[in-house]
Amino acid sequence: MNASDDPSLTRPQYVGARVTRREDPRLLTGDGNYVADIKRHGMVHIAFRRSDHAHARITYLDAEAARTLPGVIAVYTGEDIALLANPYQATSRMKNYQATFIPPVAVDKVRYVGEAVVAIVAESRYAAEDALSAIDVGYEPLAVLVDPETSAQSDAPKLHEDLASNVLAEREFARGEVDDGFARAAATAGTRFHFTRTTPVTIEARASVAEYDRGARALTLHCTTQIPGILRDKLSEIFDLPGPRIRVIAPDVGGGFGGKTSLYSEEIVACAVSRDLGRPVKWVSDRTEDLMTTGHAFDEIVDAEIAVAGDGEILALRADVIGDVGAYSIYPWTATIEPVQVVSFLPGPYRIENYAARVRSVATNKTLTGAYRGVGRPISAFVMDRLLDMAARKIGMDPVDIRRRNLLKDDEFPYKAASGLVWDKSAFQACLADAEKEIGYEELKKQQAAAREEGRWLGIGVSSYAELTGVGSRIAVAPGMPINTGTETCNVAIDSTGAVTASFGLASQGQGMETTLAQVVAEELGVQVDDVDVLLGDTSAVSHGSGTYASRGAVFGGGAGTLAARAVREKIVRVAGHLLEAAEEDIETGNGNVWVKGTDKSMTIRDLARALYSDMGRVPKEMRDEIDNLEATKVYDPFFGTTTAATHMCLVEIDPETYGTRVLKYIVAEDCGRIINPLIADGQSHGGVAQGIGVALMEEVIHDEAGQVLTASLADYTVPSAMEVPSMDVIHVDADLPDTIGGFRGLGEGGTIGAPACIANAISDALSPLGIEITEIPATPERIYRLVEAARA
Amino acid sequence: MTETISITVTVNGVKHTADVEPRLLLADFIRENLDLTGTHVGCEHGICGACTILMNGDSVRSCLTFAVQVDGAEIETVESLGDAENLNPLQQAFRDHHALQCGFCTPGMLMTATDMLRKYSLETDEEIRDGLSGNICRCTGYQHIVDAVRSAAGKRNDAS
Repeated sequence: MNASDDPSLTRPQYVGARVTRREDPRLLTGDGNYVADIKRHGMVHIAFRRSDHAHARITYLDAEAARTLPGVIAVYTGEDIALLANPYQATSRMKNYQATFIPPVAVDKVRYVGEAVVAIVAESRYAAEDALSAIDVGYEPLAVLVDPETSAQSDAPKLHEDLASNVLAEREFARGEVDDGFARAAATAGTRFHFTRTTPVTIEARASVAEYDRGARALTLHCTTQIPGILRDKLSEIFDLPGPRIRVIAPDVGGGFGGKTSLYSEEIVACAVSRDLGRPVKWVSDRTEDLMTTGHAFDEIVDAEIAVAGDGEILALRADVIGDVGAYSIYPWTATIEPVQVVSFLPGPYRIENYAARVRSVATNKTLTGAYRGVGRPISAFVMDRLLDMAARKIGMDPVDIRRRNLLKDDEFPYKAASGLVWDKSAFQACLADAEKEIGYEELKKQQAAAREEGRWLGIGVSSYAELTGVGSRIAVAPGMPINTGTETCNVAIDSTGAVTASFGLASQGQGMETTLAQVVAEELGVQVDDVDVLLGDTSAVSHGSGTYASRGAVFGGGAGTLAARAVREKIVRVAGHLLEAAEEDIETGNGNVWVKGTDKSMTIRDLARALYSDMGRVPKEMRDEIDNLEATKVYDPFFGTTTAATHMCLVEIDPETYGTRVLKYIVAEDCGRIINPLIADGQSHGGVAQGIGVALMEEVIHDEAGQVLTASLADYTVPSAMEVPSMDVIHVDADLPDTIGGFRGLGEGGTIGAPACIANAISDALSPLGIEITEIPATPERIYRLVEAARA
Repeated sequence: MTETISITVTVNGVKHTADVEPRLLLADFIRENLDLTGTHVGCEHGICGACTILMNGDSVRSCLTFAVQVDGAEIETVESLGDAENLNPLQQAFRDHHALQCGFCTPGMLMTATDMLRKYSLETDEEIRDGLSGNICRCTGYQHIVDAVRSAAGKRNDAS
């Protein structure tokens, strides 16, 4: 049989296939390698004494008793760490932005509960934790700022004396004639919305193992991070070490969701201590520390108003957003990333010509906020979807119809949104139509009417949104951020044994990228998927890479992997043309073989590698000089990035006795471009929606007036279990592919963007006979009870 | 805290004798003393279920159990199931149904599901979800885990 007759070579062979994951065998058997699993000879352990004050001056600190306890090796205060690590801050070119220095361990002052005050190093974690209580710290309490509106006032006490105010960033957006839009309106709707603070809760809490090798003067950090490249680059500055002598490795990482995309104090301390002591150093967060120190999410107050015409056309939109960003401006994303994104994305997938908005990022005495799945857009969708439903109710229009009226149509792309974002063509209308059809909207409305007759609270919700994924160099992920998040690198190499390795600057935290990127590279190169080793999460792999965040893995990894594999394939074809004595255009590759089309002249790629690398004489010197090796490094920059669109619809029922909300049906219709692996794509949607259900119904970080965290355990900060998450249907809408390399769009965050809005709309719909509109989430049983009681009063 | 107590415990069929501090958590004993790092610690307060192991055939939180409490007991951890080259039917079902993403909660899920499969008929999804409700997964939204357990339950019933 000719190799070319092999029926399995129908292309695409791997991209789009339900390939089971190569990660699974190790993760299913306890053979995974997570940071907490790492042991080293001579390794010591860090525990942190943390502030129990939200805002206070440190008046004295006595650690002498702790130093003498069994197993204790060293004690480091903020001053000690400052001598070992250069100061750093998250800078930005954005106007009206104030950066803050972030001391890895507090110096003089503490600014939130949970901030590190002393690091204890001991022979075991038990010994280190034992010593914490032997440290005597004196505090002089300062005025605690927990309310961002108070903190934003010009006469408020300042968290950072060197700054002009607590407003770390401010930005305004305006387009069109907003006042005129409101003047022409048939109806307006608006109110104050509150999207409370949540936290990522990866089941693996953060951890670091730092190893400084004094002989090599080199530092290796194993870390639970999504951004090994960004960490490496910053640690190089913080420790005055050249990049090649810092290696950051993210091994198996137990979930990220954005929470592991920031540089954390504990990572710096672990490195500093390892360098100081010349010993491997381990820190593993406990859950209480995780809930108090991993970057929190969301936390915005949004005053917003919409104006609509009698036919539902949106005439104007305005908003004023205050984001409570906590005590410092987080590295690298800054205090702008979350609140500014709320305003950038508020107009959503709709045609809105008249828009005005202001946003302020305000410091308070709370944990820093950072990136969490969706970043800003869950709030944008929540506010916009709530406004649309409120307006639709006023003009007597169906919620699906008002969306259909305003969603951009296929012939309107590319569309420059009022905030300046550009949407490339994505199936906005088709997602709505498919969701409506799949959930059986008309039938559901009849069921709802019947249930209402019986006094039941049944509600239907809808949310449409658009997100920018795989954002390239044209736009920084956070405004004015001085690091590059717009490119990724891939090196594909076939070595002298004929084995293929694809190395990336990306890192995986459960997305299955060892599998999906192997699918992409194998497809392009013409080898079997199992023949491609994928190297991720190691800064020694490529010269520059930033990591996995912002729904970029498929777009960047797929793109860079395709380009690099394509370049290596060209080299294979050149060499094969010589070895098989054929014209290059007649050469084909597949399943690890290379052959002359329509003939039985073929060879394996392994043999071709041996011919080039080892069997001198088979490939002439001139050709070897030109080819060098079967290796290529390519950088992919999607420039603008690409739009992912979706519509979510759901059915909920509220129990009139417990006021608990149950999600009965959930549908996602999305356009995420070409799908690499449908199994994995569905899993991403399911997981995103589950987190969105948590945000909508359960999850809330609560601080009291003194800034104490009342939700410092998973008994108090509750996340969804299998009982709260329904079975859901995910529809991948058939639509034109974007012009990214490979036609991929990102999909990691979408589920979490749409679900809070969709569920809030459904609850409001269920309670509409009482005139209740959900304006604050999570819509806990207590909140719903209070709303119902107030409505009945 | 230097006082120790001698315990003898059988873990995955292997008998171990050790002198341990009374405060040593079973999770730490398994991970640190026995180097069985497949058992993961997610919260150390009994909510997330990542550290679930079987003790005398019942699922137990190893983060809420002291090592001294398991003196004389039979313990099973994820390492007692199939190995990477030879997954057992439940592990294979997890792989086929994409029932894991980051894998951190997975050992606890597998041990809980092993317990459920041995004891209960698991005829409805409601029953499966109820049984899994003490284990938090933050990645999958549970749907594929329910699919995997349902499939494993079906194969178990076919085999019996």
